[in-house]
Amino acid sequence: MAVAGMLGKKIGMTQVFDENGEIHPITVVQVGPCVITQIKTQAKDGYDAAQIGLVEFVKSSKINKAMAGHFGKNNVPPVRILREVPIEVAAKVAEGEETVGSKAGDRVLVDIFADEKFVDVLGTSKGRGFAGVVRRHGFGGGPKSHGHMFQVQGSIGASSFPSRVMKGMRMPGHMGVDNVTVRNLRIRGIDTDENLLMLEGAVPGHREGYVLITKAKQPPRERRGFSGATTVDPLKASKKASASKKK
Amino acid sequence: MSIHPVMQRLAAKLQRTDLPNFGPGDTVRVQVKIKEGDKERVQAFEGIVIARKNGAEGSFTVRKMSFGQGVERIFPLHCKVVEKVEKVRSARVRRSKLFYLRALRGKAARLREADSIHAK
Repeated sequence: MAVAGMLGKKIGMTQVFDENGEIHPITVVQVGPCVITQIKTQAKDGYDAAQIGLVEFVKSSKINKAMAGHFGKNNVPPVRILREVPIEVAAKVAEGEETVGSKAGDRVLVDIFADEKFVDVLGTSKGRGFAGVVRRHGFGGGPKSHGHMFQVQGSIGASSFPSRVMKGMRMPGHMGVDNVTVRNLRIRGIDTDENLLMLEGAVPGHREGYVLITKAKQPPRERRGFSGATTVDPLKASKKASASKKK
Repeated sequence: MSIHPVMQRLAAKLQRTDLPNFGPGDTVRVQVKIKEGDKERVQAFEGIVIARKNGAEGSFTVRKMSFGQGVERIFPLHCKVVEKVEKVRSARVRRSKLFYLRALRGKAARLREADSIHAK
């Protein structure tokens, strides 16, 4: 388990109950299966990383010759999107003198997150088009009655001095379709059969959108009396419950 | 938009199987877990199911008359607080949401017993 992240697809949202009877909103993400297409090393590339791709159906006409050669080198299936993820140092140390734990051509499955409690998710936010200042920057807007306009921004500066608009003035413009990272989403369940990861809370982007999921860079430290750090697998819990009922 | 097939399969996996098959018009006794301090006990809530929603976010609404006052409780299907649901009797109804019962009192609020299924 040397790779610290995977590519996935947002599927949708639902809700689960934990054993305390509390309800949690979850986002279901189909993670992987991924394939390592290239290993970048300190010696050759100046840094350590793994290039991974999400295995899915790709038309052969969509692959140009350069990419075909890149995939053919390690005999990996053609993929549409490639991302680089860090390689975990701890895994390398544990394996000592041997070569890096993972090599190009290896498959990466969702079980790399089995021992994790939190993940970071990087996605592309939903496009809002050309948005006004109320939506884009959270301006208060104008009075709603007495002959006013509602969602205008008002003044953008003084007149003869400075005779220009200050840089960085918040104005209407394009909103969305940005790279957005959400840190420390709690893992609420893993389904290895369907390669699903259930994350508590919202994930950027639309459904069927690609997301990059990495192990949490800075997971929250356990506070005093913070006992809710364990992840609960609702699949296992329901199985357990039904098994005990049968007895 | 229709439900994603993956979500459908996931919902089927998370589906609770220990509840009996009940629907609107049925009179049910819901055993609800109640926490009092550190102790946990079970309290029953008996009434007519007047609405039911299915799926992962499913719930059902139980209505009863308590000292002349209508009381409704909405239970999530998958909530662990709902320990058990017992079907007491079932009635023949012609719609899925029995909200019209809210306006009725006494004899008018009765439902016709289902012919085939009798109370156990």
